[in-house]
Amino acid sequence: MNRSDKKYGVAALFNSPDDIIKAAKKVTEEGYTKYDVHTPYPVHGMDKAMRLKPSKLGFITLTFGLAGAAVALLFMFWAMSIYYPMIIGGKPFFALPAFIPVTFEVTVLLATLSTVIGMITFFFKYPDQKHPLHDTDYMKKVSVDKFGICIEVDDPLFNEEKVKELFKGLPFESIQTIFHPAEEKHTVLEPKFLGFLAAVAIVVSFGTYVALNKILYTVPFDWMMEQPRVDAQSKSEFFTDGFGMRTSVEGTIARGFIPYEFKGMNEPTVPLSNPLKPTKEVFELGKKKYLSFCSPCHGNYGDGDSRLGENFPKPPSLHSAKAREWQDGNLYHIIVNGQNVMPSYETQLTRDERWAIVHHIRALQKAKNASEQEIQLVKKESLENAK
Amino acid sequence: MQSNNSYTKKDLPLDLRNLGFTLLVGGIILGVIAFFLDETRAIFNYLLSFVFIVSIVVGCLFLVALEYVAGADWSTPIRRVSEFISSFIPLLVILVIPLLFSMHDLFHWTHEEAVEGDKILQGKSPYLNIEFFIIRTVLFFVIWNLFYFIIIRNSRKQDKTGDQSLTKKNIIYSAIFIPLFTITITFFSIDWMMSLEPHWFSTIFGVYFFAGSVVGALAAVTLATVLLKEKGYLHPKMVDDHYYSLGALLFAFINFWGYIAFSQYLLIWYANLPEETFWFLARWEGGWIFMSIFLIIIHFVVPYSLLLSQPAKMDPKRLKFVSIWILFAHLIDLYWLIMPQMHSEKSGYFYTILEFAFPIAAIGGLILVFFFNSKKQNLVPVGDPKLDRGLNFRL
Repeated sequence: MNRSDKKYGVAALFNSPDDIIKAAKKVTEEGYTKYDVHTPYPVHGMDKAMRLKPSKLGFITLTFGLAGAAVALLFMFWAMSIYYPMIIGGKPFFALPAFIPVTFEVTVLLATLSTVIGMITFFFKYPDQKHPLHDTDYMKKVSVDKFGICIEVDDPLFNEEKVKELFKGLPFESIQTIFHPAEEKHTVLEPKFLGFLAAVAIVVSFGTYVALNKILYTVPFDWMMEQPRVDAQSKSEFFTDGFGMRTSVEGTIARGFIPYEFKGMNEPTVPLSNPLKPTKEVFELGKKKYLSFCSPCHGNYGDGDSRLGENFPKPPSLHSAKAREWQDGNLYHIIVNGQNVMPSYETQLTRDERWAIVHHIRALQKAKNASEQEIQLVKKESLENAK
Repeated sequence: MQSNNSYTKKDLPLDLRNLGFTLLVGGIILGVIAFFLDETRAIFNYLLSFVFIVSIVVGCLFLVALEYVAGADWSTPIRRVSEFISSFIPLLVILVIPLLFSMHDLFHWTHEEAVEGDKILQGKSPYLNIEFFIIRTVLFFVIWNLFYFIIIRNSRKQDKTGDQSLTKKNIIYSAIFIPLFTITITFFSIDWMMSLEPHWFSTIFGVYFFAGSVVGALAAVTLATVLLKEKGYLHPKMVDDHYYSLGALLFAFINFWGYIAFSQYLLIWYANLPEETFWFLARWEGGWIFMSIFLIIIHFVVPYSLLLSQPAKMDPKRLKFVSIWILFAHLIDLYWLIMPQMHSEKSGYFYTILEFAFPIAAIGGLILVFFFNSKKQNLVPVGDPKLDRGLNFRL
């Protein structure tokens, strides 16, 4: 490499680790600060000889290690407990012991990567790969079998003659002055580089095309397309009854589902009370479900004026004295069991929806049979609310 | 330079002997009182102290063997510390006798009427029966004593002769001892601790005890080394750099213990099989839940944080504190393993305090053994060819 005439420092080579320790001690004692020692392998005791403080690199490792632990734990907490909670092996959503191995791995990963990257960027000043000592005879020798020390010109105490005198007082092998490398200019858009880029682009595009359109359709990569599986609506060759989809075991109860204990009886033997509070949401749900499932026969307001006309027997009005005196449980019971011509709505409506419909029917009954006084009261209230 | 800094033997102060003697006698008196107040508790407590001593002294012999096999020279100047602690091994033969006489109180599987009505215990009876149990225990002690006498005798002979071939011989004996040590310590822990609950099994139990044992042994060696070095009983050329390896090993084995302890818990928790989980559930009931959580903190979190940074591993004050802490944590760990299996009718704080009796005696005994050994022997292996290099060890 070409060298400019700007000095970088004065370097001396030594033959043994003991000599270099002595040299480092001497240089430190003289008060030099901007110098470095280069050895082919780590020499024990060098930290003390150079009076080096413990490296700050550990703090980067610690910070990123803790960050890794926090990120892993928080991410798993969010993913497994909040955003997409899934029951795995009957464990709780926040299954800490199961998260520990992943947390450990992420901690180690971030700690080690940050240590290496931190070392290269902060301590080796990465993007700048032009250290003046590169490509010098000095560097070639200290990376084989010599031990070197180099004092920089930037040191406040630097004086070339004095430094050389200092080295000569030690069992040195050779002394040399090191110069900065000559400035070199590189243009990014060199034809060679552009040609290389074009070549890479062509190879990558061609490779991607072949991989996605040809290779994926050859054996063994097409194995996933031919699986021994049951397709929807097709006959099973595995089960003797030929059904692909299996029914659940007798007595299976769906998660969150409570079977109705008075099913098939004439009426509930114990009075049931509506477990839902009459809130706005419940009334809205009840109205919606009533209009979908009940109103075709019972009419929009429960009068029994079927929309189906004469094609279907009309049900009795829900405003009869009998229907009004029924308990909530009786209404619920009929929705589950059905009555006379009315079929069971057990499969169409969930438990909460049925109870919401009961609330809605109660509201309809109240509205249809309200006294004049109550109507005035409601009018007054709605006027006040409008204000 | 060599002449000014060479080792001259100094006797340990008599105060140390008095301290050890006081602790031993005090502990034994308290232990005898405990025995008359609550026999079952006292016997379990004796077992706890016995296992505590075994883990430390056999662990120390393992450290000595490790130095020979690994060819380590940094630990040569302090090898005598491990040797003196491991010289408790011959005394273990006497200590085990009371336990062999009270096996009926300790082990459920020795009850014939219980085994008769229990299919699981019947299946295990070819291994868990009194005769085979005693044969195994004797075998453990024979192996430990044998290697103790061979390795330590060679090491002491070298002080006088300086014969280098003794080191070579010891390397071979150590290489044989280490696999035997892992096997014996595994079966020792299975016999004397896991079989307290004969229906339970964990294949990692031996490794767990091994990890705890090495942590305990290292803590004991570190504590003794720092104290002796501070008072100037060790070689004057030793520097703080020697502490670093002790600190680093402690740190490593604390991690190892945590790793193994967690592995054992994770697998049992994940599989959730009743025949395995009940052991942990017993340690999750009542006051034991605090102990279980406390154990993670004092045996892993605290020493881990205290030893994390590089300067902390070389700081004598820090090491002294951490090694006392770890010895205590190791005792708690064994307590957590053994004591939930004790079913004594008598309970209360008064009886709990009595449980300090035998561990106090154990510590006193260890101090006395150390003292009397140091009287006859050098505290530094002066004839060892690795000593010079060991003393020149620098980071």
